[in-house]
Amino acid sequence: MSDVMIKVENLTKEYGLTRAVDHVTFNVHKGEVLGFLGPNGAGKSTTMKILTCFLAPTSGSATVAGFDAFDQSLEVRRRVGYLPEDTPLYKDMSVLEHLEFAANMHGMTGENVHKRIKEIGGRCGLADVAGKLVGELSKGFRQRVGLAQAMLHDPDILILDEPTSGLDPNQIAEIRALIKEVGKEKTVILSTHILPEVQATCSRMLIISGGKLVADGTPDELRAREKATRYRLVVEANGTPLEAVKQKVGALAGVTACKTVSGEDGAHSFAIDGVAKNDLRKPLYRVAVDNNWILLELTRESASLEDVFRNLTTGEESRS
Amino acid sequence: MSTTVTIAKREIKTYFNSPVAYIVVMVFMLIAGYLFFSQLFLEKQAELRSYFSLTPLVFTFIIPAITMRLIAEEKGSGTLEMLITMPVRDWEVVLGKFLAGMAMLAAIVGMTFFYAITIMLLGPVDRGPVVAGYVGLLLMGGAFVAIGVMASSFTRNQIVAFILAFAISFALFIFGQITQLAPEGLAPILTFLSISKHFEPLSRGIIDSRDVVYYLSVMVVCLVIATASLESRKWK
Repeated sequence: MSDVMIKVENLTKEYGLTRAVDHVTFNVHKGEVLGFLGPNGAGKSTTMKILTCFLAPTSGSATVAGFDAFDQSLEVRRRVGYLPEDTPLYKDMSVLEHLEFAANMHGMTGENVHKRIKEIGGRCGLADVAGKLVGELSKGFRQRVGLAQAMLHDPDILILDEPTSGLDPNQIAEIRALIKEVGKEKTVILSTHILPEVQATCSRMLIISGGKLVADGTPDELRAREKATRYRLVVEANGTPLEAVKQKVGALAGVTACKTVSGEDGAHSFAIDGVAKNDLRKPLYRVAVDNNWILLELTRESASLEDVFRNLTTGEESRS
Repeated sequence: MSTTVTIAKREIKTYFNSPVAYIVVMVFMLIAGYLFFSQLFLEKQAELRSYFSLTPLVFTFIIPAITMRLIAEEKGSGTLEMLITMPVRDWEVVLGKFLAGMAMLAAIVGMTFFYAITIMLLGPVDRGPVVAGYVGLLLMGGAFVAIGVMASSFTRNQIVAFILAFAISFALFIFGQITQLAPEGLAPILTFLSISKHFEPLSRGIIDSRDVVYYLSVMVVCLVIATASLESRKWK
């Protein structure tokens, strides 16, 4: 993890009075697949547009593949493959024509063009639709054309803005597999607001909210930041009233909250919040055995990325 | 530069993939045909005078119809983002679009050449004004195309681009027609700015460097403004 492919420092972008991106700083290393997460309008697309030289930052700098995204934008654009949001493509061109056009724009000419188009088109599953007009394709195929076009010139870095939005589950799985495969050799940044996508494809994630970077780490690291762990307990208490059971459980060390949830007949169910660093399963088992309750269920639910995401993006204060 | 050619080729292909090109060509051929042959049949004169005198007016609305989509369409559909994040300079994009417009212009002007040949076969026509007139049409048309590209770069709406280009083109055209009405001091300025007044010598067979420079200047100024307009997304 030595080569820094993308270096973003104090990046700020203002549209008039609104600040879309607010002093964002991060690095992306070679071979990483970085998930860029945030609610709609958080500044994901704006950041990507700056990295791909479509927009200029108000202040701060972005260095991509060693070149400044503003001052040396041609060098940057030669090394970056970009799939803009909603995959804008020329609808009146056939898939083949479109890929040829992109190849020519990247200065590729002659025999190589067709060899390369064949190779990348095959990888993206476009062989059967090569002669079709882009405007006649389904959303999934259009997405693949966009992806093929982004990878055509063999860029070191791929920047994909919501690559799976609007696709059906099968198509999503295909695109994810493709990204994962590509991510083995290239540096990839993809933006999304779908959390399972990050878990499925990314080695690292950034969460951005209100233009500010609020989290940066692997999915596991971020999950571990969540302070509370939740347990689910179901006991058959042999006639002990619900309140008494609840009191005994709530009195255990490390339990911060104990809530009754509706359960099966004759059994009491609880959702218990505990401090993350203590494992409460042993004490919960003990208390059941000591009181002669029959333990029907005891599970620890690890904090989900959804919780992490919701806490970070709706919380009143972001990380200072 | 190769990117400019790639863009121009794509635009030309798009023109002929859509009905717009055919409609524009047809409308222009109808109008030009009337201008050519009314003089021939009604006045029994084998001349191109009325064609050359009215074409500037026809250009003020025909050419904006050709150029309106060039940049506005890409802005509206978002493809501009795809295009401009490829390794291409902004002026190369503008120039490619302009060249595509010029190709369309050359196509419609070239089609009327058949009319000119027909008239030449029917009666003695002075060759000089015809050649100079056609060179003039391309120069003047080029200025209109550049105005259209500029207008198209200002907006994401093709209708707005059309109206804007028409307004600018028509203003430059009308300057030449109102010199008698204008205050005395203003008249020479209006004549100088008029897009049709510079065409008159050409249509009489005189290629004057002042007129050529005028048209080339209009093209350069408009294309530079169009480039700046594309670059404005990167202003801080």
